[in-house]
Amino acid sequence: MLTRRIIPCLDVRDGRVVKGVKFQGLRDAGDPAEQASRYERDGGDELVILDVSATAEGRANAAHTVAAVRAVLGIPLTVGGGIRAVEDAARLLDAGADKISVNTAAVSDPALLSRLSERFGAQCTVIAIDAARREGGAEGWEVVTHAGTRRTGIDVIAWAEEAVARGAGEILLTSWDRDGTRSGYDCALLTAVSTAVRVPVIASGGADTAQHCVDALEAGADAVLAASIFHDGDTTPDALKAELATHGIEVRR
Amino acid sequence: MTSLHVLRTGVANLASVRAGLTRAGAEVIVTDDPAEAAEATHLMLPGVGAFGAGMAALRATGLDQVILDHVDAGKPFLAICLGLQLLCRSSDETPGVEGLGLLDAHVGRFPDTVRVPQFGWNRIRPTAHATLLQPGHAYFANSYRLTRIPPGWEGAMGEHGGPFVAALERDRVLACQFHPELSSDWGQALLRRWLGTEDTRC
Repeated sequence: MLTRRIIPCLDVRDGRVVKGVKFQGLRDAGDPAEQASRYERDGGDELVILDVSATAEGRANAAHTVAAVRAVLGIPLTVGGGIRAVEDAARLLDAGADKISVNTAAVSDPALLSRLSERFGAQCTVIAIDAARREGGAEGWEVVTHAGTRRTGIDVIAWAEEAVARGAGEILLTSWDRDGTRSGYDCALLTAVSTAVRVPVIASGGADTAQHCVDALEAGADAVLAASIFHDGDTTPDALKAELATHGIEVRR
Repeated sequence: MTSLHVLRTGVANLASVRAGLTRAGAEVIVTDDPAEAAEATHLMLPGVGAFGAGMAALRATGLDQVILDHVDAGKPFLAICLGLQLLCRSSDETPGVEGLGLLDAHVGRFPDTVRVPQFGWNRIRPTAHATLLQPGHAYFANSYRLTRIPPGWEGAMGEHGGPFVAALERDRVLACQFHPELSSDWGQALLRRWLGTEDTRC
């Protein structure tokens, strides 16, 4: 039986791991390859590296970071951040990524997803969707881009369906309302998206406790992603899995 | 150190395969030259792309015959993910295209009742006389699969919308629907058993 996945996420800028809430107040948190190795040892099922470099030079470094991580990492690696073209993806895949995650660039150019999927396959193409609840008491969620700074008005469910139709094989779904708050995943959002599509959905944004992860998985997520709870040493993927197992959730141990 | 020839079949993302096999103690040589591949002691067909494109690439280079001769000679052969599927007769992914036919089997898509692609770790159970495969969690990323182990083969089964074939083995041939190179310590141990590098730890 397919197990539910625990996915640690490393934010990387200019070749170093950084920490911060909603990309504000970033501070150095170590070497990516060392952290990646530790997460594998601690029971991480996959790893996501999000390149948050602000400059072209920083992004050019991302391939070096991916290569260094790949040399030591024996679990799947998804890389996102700053990927605008098939060539960007090819460079990161050549360096050792297994999956490529696109976000803002796909919103402005949805055909990018089709091109990525045709070239590398759906199993390689991840759509990252940043979702925010609509303002002014309106129902539903809209897609936000540019690290949460722009509301697009695009309905999250409709965008998820389009992304899958264009060849995305997985959805990394971040609640922008919850990200960095440690107040729990947005379970209503997870249920809405995971029932609308057949591809796996990764919950992101808001994790603090094992109960939050249980709630997200029971709401329909196939995997949960977290950054700060693992960086800060509050818990490990293995410790989290031990708690999930007591709730009857199948995990790799 | 065991040298291993990995077949380049086109859009292959070989970095993970190369890194995983290197960690398992292999000297990895990537080639699409049939003459070079024909000399290989250990040969590996990685898993990328679609069934039709994969077969077209093998036929265009003559590597299809190299693979069949290699297996006939009883030499170690490893296929991963799509690599396993290419060993079959045909696949729903690209109807009308003939596979290598080493396995008398047709590849079908997972049913509508489960998430597709299957992404993640699935617990697999080896058959009674499997020697390379052991129980454990393996990492999968696939939309198509076999549902029965062909006669004459040992293997391992998993469960995703019904039983499916996680891997097959016969003598020194190992075909994995999962990605051993991404299956952490369990996958590394499997690769070492196949390579014969269990004790070298290089």
